[in-house]
Amino acid sequence: MTETTKTPPADPTPAPAPHGLIPLPPAAARALLLLGSVATAASAFLAWTWTAEFPGDLTITGYPGGLQWLTFTAGVLTALLTLASYGIRGLGWLLPARNNAPLVLTAIGGFAVTWFTVIAISAELGGLANLEPGGWIAAIASLIPLIGAFALPQDGNTTDGGKEALKAYIAKPDRIPAPTPTAPWIQRAAITAVTALGLGVFTYGIDTEYGELFVGYLIVVVFTVWALHTAGLLDRFSHLIAGNRSFTLAMGFLAAIAFPFTQTNDHYANIGVNILIFGTVALGLNIVVGLAGLLDLGYVAFLGVGAYTAALVSGSEFSKFSGVQFPFWAAALTGAAASLVFGVLIGAPTLRLRGDYLAIVTLGFGEIFRIAVNNMDGDSGPDITNGPNGIPAIPDLDFFGFDFGETHDLGGFTLGRFANYYLLMVLIMAIVVLVYTRAADSRIGRSWIAIREDETAATAMGINGFRVKLIAFALGAALAGLAGTVSAHVTYSVVPTPYQFAGSTPPNSAFLLAAVVLGGMGTVAGPLLGAALLYLLPEKLVFLQDKSLLAFGIALILLMRFRPEGIIANRRRQLEFHETGQLDVPQQTTLTDEPAVTKAGA
Amino acid sequence: MTTMTTTSVLEARGVTMRFGGLTAVRSVDFTVNTGEIVGLIGPNGAGKTTFFNCLTGLYIPTEGTVSYKGTVLPPKPHLVTKAGVARTFQNIRLFANMTVLENVLVGRHTRTKEGLWSALLRGPGFRKAERASEERAMELLGFIGLAHKRDHLARNLPYGEQRKLEIARALASEPGLLLLDEPTAGMNPQETRATEELVFAIRDKGIAVLVIEHDMRFIFNLCDRVAVLVQGEKLIEGTSDVVQADERVIAAYLGEPFEGDPGEAEAAEVTAAEATADATADTPSTTGTPGTTKGDAQ
Repeated sequence: MTETTKTPPADPTPAPAPHGLIPLPPAAARALLLLGSVATAASAFLAWTWTAEFPGDLTITGYPGGLQWLTFTAGVLTALLTLASYGIRGLGWLLPARNNAPLVLTAIGGFAVTWFTVIAISAELGGLANLEPGGWIAAIASLIPLIGAFALPQDGNTTDGGKEALKAYIAKPDRIPAPTPTAPWIQRAAITAVTALGLGVFTYGIDTEYGELFVGYLIVVVFTVWALHTAGLLDRFSHLIAGNRSFTLAMGFLAAIAFPFTQTNDHYANIGVNILIFGTVALGLNIVVGLAGLLDLGYVAFLGVGAYTAALVSGSEFSKFSGVQFPFWAAALTGAAASLVFGVLIGAPTLRLRGDYLAIVTLGFGEIFRIAVNNMDGDSGPDITNGPNGIPAIPDLDFFGFDFGETHDLGGFTLGRFANYYLLMVLIMAIVVLVYTRAADSRIGRSWIAIREDETAATAMGINGFRVKLIAFALGAALAGLAGTVSAHVTYSVVPTPYQFAGSTPPNSAFLLAAVVLGGMGTVAGPLLGAALLYLLPEKLVFLQDKSLLAFGIALILLMRFRPEGIIANRRRQLEFHETGQLDVPQQTTLTDEPAVTKAGA
Repeated sequence: MTTMTTTSVLEARGVTMRFGGLTAVRSVDFTVNTGEIVGLIGPNGAGKTTFFNCLTGLYIPTEGTVSYKGTVLPPKPHLVTKAGVARTFQNIRLFANMTVLENVLVGRHTRTKEGLWSALLRGPGFRKAERASEERAMELLGFIGLAHKRDHLARNLPYGEQRKLEIARALASEPGLLLLDEPTAGMNPQETRATEELVFAIRDKGIAVLVIEHDMRFIFNLCDRVAVLVQGEKLIEGTSDVVQADERVIAAYLGEPFEGDPGEAEAAEVTAAEATADATADTPSTTGTPGTTKGDAQ
């Protein structure tokens, strides 16, 4: 966007302070960054330790392995960004705002992942003696770009030291110059490339074999994404998406479909399908929480209703109706319908309550479901659900002779059992995403948001609050039930225990809500990302074990402190949580000819 | 008194509202006729807003009925709006995190039918209805002069524009009667005058308007008829002149006159002083007489 008559308040060239926290001339700082980052990347080719006992085998000189790849990646990224800051032709797009924050962040990322590795080696193998010279070189090399980064001048016009000076290093500039318009095919190529890259990064994360690698992966990803954010590239990309919405959606689903084809081990497809189930349910919850603003703490019960319904009509010999075997489409519809009925039954009495009261009552209803299912075993209640034993031996799905339980070869790729279910879940998720986006952008979606914003005003505008809330509740329940029907088949059996309020394994009400809040309420991508993270963290970080709930709580508190709108922010939410410095003014900035308000407001 | 050929839009009969032992509104009879702007004034705590809430279904009157164009209004706010009575709020209650256009579109809720299924299936009917709603909303935004800010969030509008937007949102429900609860609270004189123009324009669209206000000058310029509510009871109802001249109204606002009533000369002095004050302020003077200036301190 061209700068119009409006002059920005601060000229970003503070004359007296050309250097940063470390007193070095900028040219030297930049040189340190470049040399240091190249050295860091190169150090990944050395042997860091003498024994292959540390996972990933970091003993080979001449080829990086395991965590060394991450150091290498971080080094290369820092080097690229530094070159871009030199103004090398062809790299300018990496740093549209020509700010230093991305350099600082990638340098920190490289430093963090390298030192994490070195410390992990020393800690796990018992002492610094286990480091080869290569490890020492890497540690020192990764420190150099850090020194260079903090010798660069801050981007803002900070004069006072301390916390503010540090903050200025990683601040995102207020204005990112708008990109030069590009041809549609270039835009699409860019989206395709980014999607492919995203798939690659995501697949790498799922395929990490040991906890250390996953931690290193998270470090690099977090700092890189943060750097791209401060560089303004994420803004540019979301702008690009906004212009090619359907294309991006199509690419996203293509990438989702491509995932099982990149996997050789069906275990990872299992993780994938679980993430999808979790994400789909989170997306359904997002309608209830994110759009209509109804805090539902018992949402996982609807997943349970769907799963139990599907199990009962699956033809399992342990089912009460073992003679009945619905085809999947009928089972899915039955599961969704049963959930919908439960949603209405639970919603009708509870939705007259507001806020905290609603949350408590839904929490109660969620637990009632689990306990009721637990007791319907013929002893303390009617024999329907087989009590705590659940319904095991649910047969695999069969679509026109395509048996989901078997391994299929498809054009050279092997699709295992979980990969089959994964593909089915992608289809279901596509339906849920479609339902979500279409419902959100309509008369009913607007009335949900209006109810969330101000219920009294909404009813005064003619919205039947109860009815509209009930629709949201029922729709969310039906979508969760739909996901539940697949999950019953994926896990072979349904038992009451997973459908609780809080536990250490993902699909429970607390985790679902956390996935929505963490990822970003009111967005499509947010809950999916939140679900992926919340599923992967306990799955990969096995060493956390029973402390995973603690770690998870700390993570949530930190997020609420620093980014209350979630990782992927809805525009509305972002403005809600950050009152100051709103630059929402779209397109043209028209000055109002209205005089200032002189009287005090009521 | 206004003409008698007009028919009544709103008719409240014997409306009484009790909160426990407190009677906030006591058997108030009240009518609004078509094409009329009626004011409802009264000191703070007189029960104006309570009465308003009785009219709009937010409160269910303890006794009495409220009917709109002959049919008794149901005691549910959304049904009242559907019947054709729209309102604004004393303290602005916009949907702060929705855009200006979305706010008005929410106001269209009762006049559109598209439910969840049509939203999911996106048939031609849905598209047509959405487009029609948007056109209508843009028309209204043009009417209040906010069309250029359609994509701004409501929270970011200046105060006066938020008030206007609230009116536009109420108008979007195509009401036959618009209830404005202190539409000029917190406005400066220019904005107040603009609001005055806006209310006249709304009346010219054939919508009857009922206004609660503290700003006496605004009320007496605007209204065909003014009713005064004091301690929950209707004190008097009539044209501006009648109400202004009524001693009980002045007494309710300013207190009983004391024995040594200021003489004619003193009153004239006050009038003159006010006239000069008006002249210095950039408002072209609307005649101010003692007792009609803003009577109560808010």
